[in-house]
Amino acid sequence: MAGAASALFLLDIKGRVLIWRDYRGDVPASQAERFFTKLIEKEGDPQYQDPVVYENGVTYMFIQHSNVYLMVASRQNCNAASLLLFLHRAVDVFKHYFEELEEESLRDNFVVVYELLDEIMDFGFPQYTEAKILSEFIKTDAYRMEVTQRPPMAVTNAVSWRSEGIRYKKNEVFLDVVESVNILVNSNGQIIRSDVVGALKMRTYLSGMPECKLGLNDRLLLEAQGRTAKGKAIDLDDIKFHQCVRLARFENDRTISFIPPDGAFDLMTYRLSTQVKPLIWVEAQVEKHSRSRVEIMIKARSQYKERSTATNVIIELPVPSDATNPSIRTSMGSASYAPESDALVWKIKSFPGNKEYMLRAEFLLPSITAEDADPERKPPIRVKFEIPYFTVSGIQVRYLKIIEKSGYQALPWVRYITIAGEYELRLM
Amino acid sequence: MSGHDSKYFSTTKKGEIPELKEELNSQYKDKRKDAVKKVIAAMTVGKDVSSLFTDVVNCMQTENLELKKLVYLYLINYAKSQPDLAILAVNTFVKDSQDPNPLIRALAVRTMGCIRVDKITEYLCDPLQRCLKDDDPYVRKTAAICVAKLYDINAELVEDRGFLEALKDLISDNNPMVVANAVASLAEIQDNSNKPIFEITSHTLSKLLTALNECTEWGQVFILDALSRYKAADAREAENIVERVTPRLQHANCAVVLSAVKMILQQMELITSTDVVRNLCKKMAPPLVTLLSAEPEIQYVALRNINLIVQRRPTILAHEIKVFFCKYNDPIYVKMEKLEIMIKLASDRNIDQVLLEFKEYATEVDVDFVRKAVRAIGRCAIKLERAAERCISVLLELIKIKVNYVVQEAIIVIKDIFRRYPNTYESIIATLCESLDTLDEPEAKASMIWIIGEYAERIDNADELLESFLESFPEEPAQVQLQLLTATVKLFLKKPTEGPQQMIQVVLNNATVETDNPDLRDRAYIYWRLLSTDPEAAKDVVLAEKPVISDDSNQLDPTLLDELLANIATLSSVYHKPPEAFVTRVKTTTQRTDDDEYPEGTEPGYSESPAHVADGAASPPSSSSYVPSAAARQPVPPQSSSPPAAAAVPDLLGDLIGLDNSAIVPVDQPATPAGPPLPILLPASTGQGLQISAQLTRRDGQLFYSILFENNSQTVLDGFMIQFNKNTFGLAAAGPLQVPQIQPGSSAATLLPMVLFQNLSQGPPSSLLQVAIKNNQQPVWYFNDKISLHVLFTEDGRMERASFLETWRSLPDSNEVSKDFPGIVVSSVEATLDQLAASNMFFIARRKHANQDVFYFSAKIPQGIPFLIELTTVIGNPGVKCAVKTPNPDVSALFFESIETLLKA
Repeated sequence: MAGAASALFLLDIKGRVLIWRDYRGDVPASQAERFFTKLIEKEGDPQYQDPVVYENGVTYMFIQHSNVYLMVASRQNCNAASLLLFLHRAVDVFKHYFEELEEESLRDNFVVVYELLDEIMDFGFPQYTEAKILSEFIKTDAYRMEVTQRPPMAVTNAVSWRSEGIRYKKNEVFLDVVESVNILVNSNGQIIRSDVVGALKMRTYLSGMPECKLGLNDRLLLEAQGRTAKGKAIDLDDIKFHQCVRLARFENDRTISFIPPDGAFDLMTYRLSTQVKPLIWVEAQVEKHSRSRVEIMIKARSQYKERSTATNVIIELPVPSDATNPSIRTSMGSASYAPESDALVWKIKSFPGNKEYMLRAEFLLPSITAEDADPERKPPIRVKFEIPYFTVSGIQVRYLKIIEKSGYQALPWVRYITIAGEYELRLM
Repeated sequence: MSGHDSKYFSTTKKGEIPELKEELNSQYKDKRKDAVKKVIAAMTVGKDVSSLFTDVVNCMQTENLELKKLVYLYLINYAKSQPDLAILAVNTFVKDSQDPNPLIRALAVRTMGCIRVDKITEYLCDPLQRCLKDDDPYVRKTAAICVAKLYDINAELVEDRGFLEALKDLISDNNPMVVANAVASLAEIQDNSNKPIFEITSHTLSKLLTALNECTEWGQVFILDALSRYKAADAREAENIVERVTPRLQHANCAVVLSAVKMILQQMELITSTDVVRNLCKKMAPPLVTLLSAEPEIQYVALRNINLIVQRRPTILAHEIKVFFCKYNDPIYVKMEKLEIMIKLASDRNIDQVLLEFKEYATEVDVDFVRKAVRAIGRCAIKLERAAERCISVLLELIKIKVNYVVQEAIIVIKDIFRRYPNTYESIIATLCESLDTLDEPEAKASMIWIIGEYAERIDNADELLESFLESFPEEPAQVQLQLLTATVKLFLKKPTEGPQQMIQVVLNNATVETDNPDLRDRAYIYWRLLSTDPEAAKDVVLAEKPVISDDSNQLDPTLLDELLANIATLSSVYHKPPEAFVTRVKTTTQRTDDDEYPEGTEPGYSESPAHVADGAASPPSSSSYVPSAAARQPVPPQSSSPPAAAAVPDLLGDLIGLDNSAIVPVDQPATPAGPPLPILLPASTGQGLQISAQLTRRDGQLFYSILFENNSQTVLDGFMIQFNKNTFGLAAAGPLQVPQIQPGSSAATLLPMVLFQNLSQGPPSSLLQVAIKNNQQPVWYFNDKISLHVLFTEDGRMERASFLETWRSLPDSNEVSKDFPGIVVSSVEATLDQLAASNMFFIARRKHANQDVFYFSAKIPQGIPFLIELTTVIGNPGVKCAVKTPNPDVSALFFESIETLLKA
């Protein structure tokens, strides 16, 4: 069941090879290019194409990033999950190096790109994708002068994500708890899916090799420690940790202990599938008077406590693609017609809890329509918002202990915010 | 951190190469470095800069790491085309592999492994040996992978020089990254070898489980994938392993999670405690659900795997159906897979919600997705009896929307619902008939016609409805014609009045005299005969009760499912096919990969097709594990003819209705003695001068269809294509047929790579392989070939004595079948054993029984089905008794055909 990639290709938007690295010599670039350009031509929109395609003895797997495709080819039964994820990590590495990954930046940096392709993969096996550490020994022109005498210890260390000898004058940690609410309401107004995906986003500016320990109001942890929580304890459905967290230790006693990478990373993500009341409930009535006009009425209600306030609320409601002459009135915020996305966009800067706002709009429809037009796209109503200082789950960081052998004091800063993720309400 | 390398691309003046040559030899370092960059830039855009080889290699001796890397990159690309000059680089390589800087040591050994030139490979051994024991783990981890590279180029060398042992030692290395790469390297080598190289003992197991906690995420995937092959001794060990692996489910890397799931599922098979199993199922559910928040491409892989997992362990996600509901912005490939899983998880408890979803999807805009949603409703109706009525009412609502393709799809599934629940829902027929004239797709038309025929007695105007189709009979697609034929016969049998009688004459006439479709013609003649000789018998046949259908359209065969589950996260699990169906290892030492080599406009895939590479000239020095002789690697020599073969096409039509068909006259031509000639399957007399001889063969563990075309006609033949009908082993072409134009009087031979399990036929196993070949000048030729089972025997069919005995005992006696071959004589034991071994039938033991000798062999066909064979004979005397025991005794008849051929040879 072993298997690896034969070659990695960076292709332009038309599927032509920009740069490629041949790892095994059994898939020629000409073959891959021919296959992929044909594929793009045929499908037009790669959205419609499975990301794993077999042709003539070779499997191609690809992802797209801005105007570049990243693709691996293999003749073996390789690990598809690992290779596809590796392509996404490769994007992260390139972005770290060139700010943005696109055709131009690849051409401008082809020497470094080749060097990276040599380092992140060997013989088609993914090797090492920590951008921060890579940039310690693979440098772009500006930093070339420094001579590197050896690979950073981190490359082969058990702690492969952090180099030794980092120094900061002021030792600080920023921890953002970001929860995004995903909801799907069907056309009967029933909530058919609702979950919360949370992330603990960390930015660390710490010297040396700090040992960190994070305490949450996780019910299982508190129970394991034989404590009853003062506040409310919460149940998290599935927790995923950054590779720096000691998983075996967590499994044992639910302690989250780790040596963090330097800079920004996601320490953990979690999921909560208990049904929550939709934070912002939107009801829309669309009355379509065929061949003359369409009347729209939207009610938006905030269903969180008054002390919280949602900001940057955007409600996007689809309107027929042939609608014209909008006239819109709102009880709060501003609304406008966005013909490029066939939508009515209602923006409310600040939306306090337990309030209800209204919007009325009217559009004109053309008096003639095609006889048997294809069915129209029916996008759902989509809502965006942010609610600072608030989490749906009630997760709390109880402590973040940082211990380093030099004994410095480090300050942790914690913020909480809830945002709308995929927040969709289907229209009647 | 942005560079400005693009300037190196912009030197496209005339005389570029001489200019570069001059710059490469400049006395200034910077100028040389810039020149190398220009060379690499030219290489990147596909220009041939191989003529600068010596000049570039001269820049190799440098302190500058960046420059060195560029030169190395150049070497990887062009060493193959300049093998003699590549030797110039060896000294620097060897020197670099002893450089004080570990980055350079690793770079040297990594690059040398990528240069697939035999002469260099020899020099690689000593540096590699040193680097495997290097102080720096970065060098060791690179060297570990390099062993796999070397094995790929020259397996014998790796075995002789003891690299395998050195690699195994690295499993105990104190550095986790080195351990992980050693595991990846060993697993790869094992995959390409028939010998046991990388066997995981309980000792290695515990070491690797420890390394798991410390190595990088990619390393964890290597280790988990390798360990999932480990078979625990008992339930207790399995539980211990699972306990060590479950923390990985919390890893942020989806590939680690999936590989951990694979390993847990493997071990769960051994765990007997239902509590433990239930607990594990509970633990796996949340991580599997979380995979659906990953990037869409990963979601796709996850969904394909979840599809397998719910077939084996439906309980894991029984309560999670909602997470598979489609989001508006999901890419279409994700939506399609979600739909498939929703059908699998649909139950009486959740069907209402599921139907609401399907109905929503059926009004979206993507036609394929909409169709699949409609079909899903039908499949749920067939799966859940109690929900069938609700499903039907949703389908009727959808029909009312009158979107053409929705209506057609709905009719197709309603036909299946009628078959599943006869005499229950026929009241809706009237509604269906309203949409009759909107049907324009063959499958929908055929379905509707089937419904009319099947329920002719309940539809007052059935004859009128059918008649309306008859006018266009000759233009209809075959599928519709066949249904029209059958439906008219049904109508006639049910209502033998004048109208139908006239109709049936029109139809039979159309379907016999007016058509050249053999299927249609055959069926029409059968009906005709039945109706004219014995109408009662016709009723029994045509109106017979039909077997109950179930929704198994996407259920996999349990043994295949086992294999796929062992391959979770790999391509095999994405394709839902066993690895051997798509893995094509092509040895490429001498294959060029330059872009410029192939002129614009050649047929896609022509130059690099596996068939092309597999021919003798391109074959590299093979590893010792491959047995075939040099002769077997040669392309099939063109032969003019061979003795007339027995495999002439039996003419079913002629047999059945006594129509005279031109007799098959074998052509008599002198046979060339070179190699065993291929049997003639299409004699020139039948093929308008084209003669086709073909046979399945096995080479280097790969299946090929070896075909010889001889053009005895007066025209140039080209544009050859081939198609295989469904068959017991699902044999199909792995790529297009590559045959050049054939001039009159000349011939062409080709090796067409084949894959298994592509188009499986149902029914009892049969050796029949129906082949259709066409070209641009002639009609399609159909002929029959025989699948010799021994061609399918795999190289890994050897069994240890102990496991042979154990397997023999574990199979019930009813699985043993035997047959006598009175005419066969075994005169030389050795020759017979060799003969059988060459066909991957492996000798296990021999025992004397009175004056008889009893031999035991093992063999294996893909999907791991073993054959345990016992041959009993008196040496030198005629008469061999063969007994075979296999989990699948249905195929033993095929086996006997094979062994007879082998023993006679």
